[in-house]
Amino acid sequence: MTTTLAEGVVDASGAASAAWLLLALPALGAAVLLIGGRRTDKWGHLLGSGTVIAAFALAVVTFFGTDFAQQHNLHLWDWISVNQLVIDFGLRIDALSITFVLLITGVGSLIHIYSIGYMNHELRDRRRFFAYLNLFVSAMLLLVLGNSFVTLYFGWEGVGLASYLLIGWYQGKDFAATAAKKAFLMNRVGDVGLALAIFLMFKNFGSTQYTEVFAAVGDAPTGLIVAIGLLLLLGACGKSGQFPLQAWLPDAMAGPTPVSALIHAATMVTAGVYLIARSSPIYSLPQAADARLVVMIIGAVTILIGCVIGCAYDDFKKVLAYSTVSQIGYMILAVGLGPAGYAFGILHLITHGFFKAGLFLGAGSVMHAMNDEGDIRRLGGLWKKMPITFWTWTLGYLALIGFPFLSGFFSKDEIINAALGQEGPRGWIFGGVALLGAGLTAFYMTRLLILVFLGKARWTGLKSADGKDYHPHESPTTMTVPMIILAVGSVAGGFILSMVLPDFLVPAIGEVQETHGALSHTMVGILAVAISAIGAGIAYLIFGRSEQPVERPQRVTFAVRAARADLFGNHLNEALFARPGTWLTRALVYVDNRGVDGLVNGIAAGLGGSSGRLRRTQTGFVRSYALSMLGGSILVVAALLVVRFA
Amino acid sequence: MTPTYYLLLSALLFTIGAVGVLVRRNAIVVFMCIELMLNAVNLTLVTFARLNGDLHGQVMGFFVMVVAAAEVVVGLAIILSIFRTRRTASVDDSNLLKY
Repeated sequence: MTTTLAEGVVDASGAASAAWLLLALPALGAAVLLIGGRRTDKWGHLLGSGTVIAAFALAVVTFFGTDFAQQHNLHLWDWISVNQLVIDFGLRIDALSITFVLLITGVGSLIHIYSIGYMNHELRDRRRFFAYLNLFVSAMLLLVLGNSFVTLYFGWEGVGLASYLLIGWYQGKDFAATAAKKAFLMNRVGDVGLALAIFLMFKNFGSTQYTEVFAAVGDAPTGLIVAIGLLLLLGACGKSGQFPLQAWLPDAMAGPTPVSALIHAATMVTAGVYLIARSSPIYSLPQAADARLVVMIIGAVTILIGCVIGCAYDDFKKVLAYSTVSQIGYMILAVGLGPAGYAFGILHLITHGFFKAGLFLGAGSVMHAMNDEGDIRRLGGLWKKMPITFWTWTLGYLALIGFPFLSGFFSKDEIINAALGQEGPRGWIFGGVALLGAGLTAFYMTRLLILVFLGKARWTGLKSADGKDYHPHESPTTMTVPMIILAVGSVAGGFILSMVLPDFLVPAIGEVQETHGALSHTMVGILAVAISAIGAGIAYLIFGRSEQPVERPQRVTFAVRAARADLFGNHLNEALFARPGTWLTRALVYVDNRGVDGLVNGIAAGLGGSSGRLRRTQTGFVRSYALSMLGGSILVVAALLVVRFA
Repeated sequence: MTPTYYLLLSALLFTIGAVGVLVRRNAIVVFMCIELMLNAVNLTLVTFARLNGDLHGQVMGFFVMVVAAAEVVVGLAIILSIFRTRRTASVDDSNLLKY
């Protein structure tokens, strides 16, 4: 052990010292499956699920066998050691990281099991799918367990790679390849921010270890703190699909549904929230108030964007994706509130991980049964055909819209309450946005529920894109069991977690700061439920009483058209970044071709041409050489005489 | 003694040699003209040696003669072999070594 440890940090011992196994097991699974190739086809899915389940078991053992009043530092090896740049490869096991580890391995295990059933149409490639999932789990665990910003960055890029590979899973389809590229590129934009933040830390604090950075950051100048805060936020925006980098997340639904559930709803996209919560010693500083305000604004804007677009889409998974975008907006808003909200952001993250994974798995179950049909206008009346899917999905739905005493109710309420508790007009603006978001969430989720599961079966008589009839059926046990477990978690998780989690997280992210807004906590709860009920009621009045057309209506208001076009998010990115970028590269190519290459080629051509002419003087006639020698000699002699006598 | 006449003669011989090298085509004649130039230089060296009253210039003259003899041996051999292969002794005909 070379580095000194800060207060409250001890060397890992006991169960925590085996934490490296958490990473190693899925990494080993991925390696065996990728290197083993076709030979592992028969049992690859079992190995892939086994490693994650084992990691989950280990995480549970670690959870119960470790004292989380302290932060445990596990030094593995010296990773990078170049002059002053010394980075250890180490893990940090504390309340925050173990919470994430339990979520990742727990939900990850369920989704691995679900994938065994979901991917049984593609037996040939199922092994590779599990290899990528294992790779993802390993990288995600590294992201949350690393003890420095560089190890976090390593995991950050690892999950980006796994996400890219899995979004582009259906390689033959153009839209999947495009979506994968889009996700990768937009993530790079955020990664640049994170990388710059790390550079700034190393430049100014001489280290990237959490303990050392957080110890040194208090004395840093305000400008530096705000810069680091904003750059970290840019990284979080890229990974978590926050405004203005939200457009990749809905497109990422081109991947198989378990991927959408695990990576693009429950775990990876919440990495931005983790990053900000982990950096809470930076954001909590009074000097970082401006950075925190920007975090809150980004969160609030994203809540509204996600909700509004979610109301207009007809694609089952894309509505859920925009729902994810807006729910992560809640978490970002919560962690932007500072000490009043960190714990609630994490709480919402965990509960959201459960119910959103469950909702996605339900969507996957529906699509599995309906020949991959994702257009909700072509579904309907499925509750009789798929009772387990329907009931588990409904529980997830109730949890998401904040039905009293289900998990979303507890976590979202706390966020709304904390937002309303901000001073002055801020409290009303952010609290109002959060309340409005709750109403809109209830509206679009009720619309989904009615169009997919209730009402008339609009699919009878229609054929799917590949020309087959629809024969909806309940999914196999490997798929329904994870859905049931997640539904149970969505129902019970919130109550238990809201009791335990904030206190549990105190050693990692500090005490929860009590907020006292204009409204009492109970009033806020009643208000939020009432607004959700109004949203759900409006959705029922619009979609529940009359039959919806199978074709999407074309004559719609401007608001709906804007929402269908992602509120022009893609156009914005295109106009602000993509086109100027193209122009810049074209201009640079022009300068390079004409300017730099022109100079180099011009010199070469000039030398070549002049030597070609000079060559002509080599005539081969000895007498002309003699003449030139004579002339030269005369010149030399004349020069000598001039120097001598003039 | 006055060196003027010696030096004038020497310059005259050197000029004849140089012009001969430039205008004549026959390799043998060019060769003889080169000898003429060398010996014009020798005459100058000897004149100045005499003028200065030491032997340096005369020793230099001997060196020039030795070099000239060696040059004649090699040069004539080359000219002869060119004549054997190409049936000509004209320096303008041997112009293959060019651009």
